Amino acid sequence: MKAKIIVTPKQAVVDPQGKSVQNALQYMGYKDVGAVHVGKYLEIELPGADKEAWRRQIDDACLKILSNPVIEDYRFEIE
Amino acid sequence: MNFAVLQFPASNCDQDALHAVKGVLGQSARFVWHKENSLAGFDAVIIPGGFSYGDYLRTGAIARYSPIMQAVRDFAAQGGPVLGICNGFQILCEAGMLPGALVRNRSLQFRCEHVFLKTAAPDTPFTGKIAAGKILRIPIAHGEGCYFADEAALENLQNNGQILWQYCDAQGELTERANPNGSLRNIAGVCNAARNVAGLMPHPERASEAILGSADGLLIFQSLLAWFENRMAKAA
Amino acid sequence: MSDPQITPELVEKHNLTKDEYAKILSILGREPTYTELGVFSVMWSEHCSYKNTRPLLKTLPTKSPRILVGAGEENAGIVDIGGGLAIAFKIESHNHPSAVEPFQGAATGVGGIIRDIFTMGARPVCSVDSLRFGPIGPEEAGPGPANNRRLFAGVVSGIAHYGNCFGIPTIAGEVYFDKSYEGNPLVNAFCLGVLRHEQIARGAAKGAGNPVFYVGPPTGRDGLAGAAFASRDLTEESSGQQRGAVQVGDPFMEKLVCEACLELLATDAVAGIQDMGAAGLTCSTCETAARAGTGIEIELALVPQRVPGMTPYEIMLSESQERMLIIVRAGREAEVKRIFDKWDLPSARIGQVTDTGRMIVKHNGRVVADIPAKKLADEAPVYHREAREPSYLQAVRAFSVLPPAGDPVQELRRLLAWPTIASKNWVYRQYDHMVRDGSALCPGSDAAVIRIKADSLPETGDAAVGEKYLALSVDCNGTYVYLDPYEGAKIAVAEAARNLACSGATPLGATDNLNFANPHNPELFWQLQESVRGLADACRALDAPITGGNCSLYNQSPNGPIDPTPTVALVGLIEKPEHITTQWFKDEGDAIILLGEPMDLADPLRGMGGSAWLQCLHGLKTGTPPRCDLEGERRLHTTLRGLIYCGLIRSAHDCSEGGLAVALAESCISRQIARDTPRLIGAQVDLTFALAKDTRIDALLFGESQGRIVISVAPADVVKVVERSKIMGVSAVRIGTVGGVELAVKLGAVEAKWPVSDLHDLWWNAIARAMSA
Repeated sequence: MKAKIIVTPKQAVVDPQGKSVQNALQYMGYKDVGAVHVGKYLEIELPGADKEAWRRQIDDACLKILSNPVIEDYRFEIE
Repeated sequence: MNFAVLQFPASNCDQDALHAVKGVLGQSARFVWHKENSLAGFDAVIIPGGFSYGDYLRTGAIARYSPIMQAVRDFAAQGGPVLGICNGFQILCEAGMLPGALVRNRSLQFRCEHVFLKTAAPDTPFTGKIAAGKILRIPIAHGEGCYFADEAALENLQNNGQILWQYCDAQGELTERANPNGSLRNIAGVCNAARNVAGLMPHPERASEAILGSADGLLIFQSLLAWFENRMAKAA
Repeated sequence: MSDPQITPELVEKHNLTKDEYAKILSILGREPTYTELGVFSVMWSEHCSYKNTRPLLKTLPTKSPRILVGAGEENAGIVDIGGGLAIAFKIESHNHPSAVEPFQGAATGVGGIIRDIFTMGARPVCSVDSLRFGPIGPEEAGPGPANNRRLFAGVVSGIAHYGNCFGIPTIAGEVYFDKSYEGNPLVNAFCLGVLRHEQIARGAAKGAGNPVFYVGPPTGRDGLAGAAFASRDLTEESSGQQRGAVQVGDPFMEKLVCEACLELLATDAVAGIQDMGAAGLTCSTCETAARAGTGIEIELALVPQRVPGMTPYEIMLSESQERMLIIVRAGREAEVKRIFDKWDLPSARIGQVTDTGRMIVKHNGRVVADIPAKKLADEAPVYHREAREPSYLQAVRAFSVLPPAGDPVQELRRLLAWPTIASKNWVYRQYDHMVRDGSALCPGSDAAVIRIKADSLPETGDAAVGEKYLALSVDCNGTYVYLDPYEGAKIAVAEAARNLACSGATPLGATDNLNFANPHNPELFWQLQESVRGLADACRALDAPITGGNCSLYNQSPNGPIDPTPTVALVGLIEKPEHITTQWFKDEGDAIILLGEPMDLADPLRGMGGSAWLQCLHGLKTGTPPRCDLEGERRLHTTLRGLIYCGLIRSAHDCSEGGLAVALAESCISRQIARDTPRLIGAQVDLTFALAKDTRIDALLFGESQGRIVISVAPADVVKVVERSKIMGVSAVRIGTVGGVELAVKLGAVEAKWPVSDLHDLWWNAIARAMSA
C-alpha cells in the first residue's frame, strides 16, 4: 500500500510561490487562470494490509511532522 | 554564565554563536550534540542558525524531534532562557515553544544583508541592556524568514508585549521597504508568554565585533548576562 | 547481462582516438574490457588528464618558499600563512553541467570544490565564484536574453543553495555578460580552507594491506561520465540528450561528510583520503594508488548502491556527489565506523591497498578491470597542438578611429547601468556571505577580506590562534583576452593583484581556471598558448605563484567559441586589521589622489580598445586593448601598500571597466550600511591637468589604461602621500576633494555633474531591473 499525502498552504498564509507561478502562467498566455497554491506531495510506502491502522498513524504523522498546522493543511489517501 | 550551544546535523552558525559568547564575552560555553539528552549545569541555551537536516520537509521540522529537544523543553519549563537564532527560531516555532511560523521570503529568494531592528519590549532576559530608542544594525541570512501567525495570535503577541524585535528603517520607522521578507507586522523576533524563550531571524552573533562592521548584536548576549547576574544576586 | 563488444565505433563514442586506443592495447597487452574502456576514457579526458594543456601548464611559475603543496601534486595547493597555519585553495569550472541544468550544475560545482579542500584536511572557510553569461538585457529582445536570464538566475540560486546550506560564506566573485557566453555560460567556483601545517592530508593509498573505505551516500547513475562530457563541444542536442549526465547535489550530506572527515583526520587513523569528483570511483582509486606507488583492489558488490542492477561500468563511472574514498590504517577500522555512525553516514569497506601496482576491480569476485594504476593515472597521452595566430586579429589591430564623442553625462549613466559594470548586489544578497563570523570586508569592495581565527581550523578546539586576514579577488576581462590573449591574461592577474593591494593585501598565490574553446582549432589553441604565457609572466612579476587550477576546454556553442577566459583568483595576506582598506570615500574634505599615469599616452587608442565604452555605447568589440606594464604595476601596488601601512589611506579603488569615471562614481556610491540604506557622498574633481593636446575627454573619463588607482587621504596628508609616491616612482596627482551630493568632474572648459543618488540608483538596481523584465 501507499499513503499519498498532499500538503498545501493555508488560505490565510501568503504564498509568494503560488503568486509567482500564477503571474508566469498569465504572462505565458493562460490569462484566465486564478490563484495558484503550491504545496507538497508525499508518497509513503506501507507494508501490510491494515488500512485503518495506517490511516490513524499517517494522520498522526501529518499532524506532528509532515505538515505544520500553523501554516499548512493536509489531506491523504491510502491505496 | 554557562551557555549550551546546540548542534544539529548541518547547524552551521554553531561556531559563530560559541565564538560570540565565549570568544568575545569570555563566558563559558560548549556544544551540545542533538543526540544528548541533558542540559544539566547550563544557564542558557542557544539554538544556532544553519540548515538542520538540510531544511528538508520544512525548516526546523525534523530537528524538533531530536532527543535534546525534550531537555530544552524541560529547561525552559524551569525558567531557563532559550534563544533561537535563524534556524533556531524556526525550530522553536516548529516545536510549538514559540508562536507562529516562518515561511518563504516574499521575494522567493534568500536574503543576506544588514537590517535595522527596533526593540519593542525591554523587559525580557534578551533585551534588558538595549537602551530605549536604540536601533540595532544586524545581518539577516535566510530564505524562509517571513513571520506568520493568524490575526488573533498577532493581537495576542502585541498585547502581551511578546514582539521583541521589528524590522525598521534607519530612523526606526516600521516601513514596508525596511521589511526584508514580508513578515507580518515587520516581526523579526518574538518571545513566549513566560518571556524566557525567544527567537529571531537576524544573527546577533554576526554583529558582535567591530571588525565585522557592527557590535550591536552583542547587546542581546549582554542582556542575557545581566539578567543572569541579577538572578544570581537575588538568589544569594 | 553481457558487456558490449569493443568495436571501433564504441571506442570513438568514448572520445578515444585510434592512437589512444593503441596505447591502451599496449599498456594492457590485450583488448580492454568494457569497464576498462570506460575507465581509460574518463581518465584520459582533458578534464582529468590535461592532455592538451600539460606542456603549457609546465611553464607557469609554481614555486615560492611559502608553498607547502605545489600545483598538480594533490587536489589543491597549500600555502603557508605564518604562525604554523596554512591555506588550501583552488578554482574549478562546472561550465558544461551548468549550461544543461544551471541550478544543479552550479550547485555541484560548489560542492566539488569544497570537497577538494576538505580532502586536503583543511576546513573550508570561504568560497568565491566567477560567472559569465550572455547578455541579460533589458534592451536586447528575442529568446537570447530570456534564456541568459534563466541561466543566470539558475546558477546564482544553485550556488546560493549549496553554499548557504553547507555554511560557507560566498564572499567574493565577478559576473560578466557577453554575447560569446550565450549558450555556454562559465561557472568557476573557488574554495579556500584553513589548516595547520601538520594537518595536511594526502590522497595516497599508502601501506599494502590497509583497508579502503567508501564513505557517503550510495552510488546511483548520476552524472555518468561527466568528465568526458566536459571534454566535448556543446551541441544542439547536448541540453536534451545529456540531461541525464547532470548530478544532483546534497549540501546537507556534504556538510556531514566534511565534519565527519575532519573529525576522522584528527584521529590519525587515515593513511590517505581522496574525494570522488569527476570520474568518481575510477579517478579516486587509480590516483591514490598512483601517488603512493601501490596497487588497489576493490569489490564493487560492496559499494553502497542506490538503484539495483548497476553494471560495473556504471558504478565505476558514476559521479554521484558527496562521496569520499578513505584509506584507513589497518586495525583502526572501528574508529571510522564510530565517527561515521555519529554523523549517520553510510560507510563501507570496499577493498584494500596492495603492493602490485595494479588497480583491480572485481564484481562479485569476477575481475572486470585490471590496469597498471600509474600508467592509467600518469601516462595519459600528451598533445602538442598546433597554434596559429587568429585571422580576426588583423581587423582588431587595424581599428584606429574611435566613434565620435557623446555626452559624457549620459555615457557614465549608461555605463553604470551596464550589467557587467553595475553592482552585483542582486547576486551576492542571495549568497550567505557572512556565516562563520569572518567577513571583515563583504562583497562590494575591490577585494573581499576574511578573518582567520581559531574556529577556522579543522578541529573545533579553543587553542589560541593569532588572527590573520586574507583578501580575495577573482578577475578576467575576456574581451581583452580575445583582442590580445597575452596582454589580456597579464591584465587578469594585474587587476586581481591591484584589487588585493587596494584592500591592503600582499599576494600569497594564485589559482587559475583556463576556460577556452576547442584546442584542435589552431587559432583557438593559439589563444590558450598566448594566455598562459601572459599568466606566467604576470604571476612571476607580481609574486603570485600558481598553486593549482583547472582547465575547461571545448567551451563553445553552436554560436561559436567563447571569448578566451583565463580566470585568475588571487589570495593575499593582510597582517593587521587596521590595514584593511575599502574602496569608498569616507569623509567630507578628504583629498582625492590619482595614483599612476592618468592615461597611457603610448597607446594610440588611449585605453579605449576593448573598453566597456566601445561595447556598451557603440556595440563594438574591437581595438587593441590596454597594455599592461608589469613593472609599473608592481611599483604601484608596493607603493599603495606602503602608504596603507603608514595609515595614510582612507580609501583605494582601482580603475578597471569604465575607466576613471566609473571608479570615481563607485567611490561615491558603493558603501552600503544596511538594506535600502546606502551611504552616498559626492566629489569635486578636476582633470584638466591631464588633457594633453590630442586627448579626447571621453578617453580620459572612460578609457581603461591600466595601472591606476583612485585613493582618498586626509587633507593634511596630501603632501606626504604625493612625495612618497614620487620617491617610489609612481605618479600621484591630487585631482579633487570628497564632499557634497554630486560627482562633478571638470575637464578644461567642460564640466560634467551627476547627482550621486541618481548614479547610485542606476548602478545598484540595474541587474534587478534587467531580471524583472
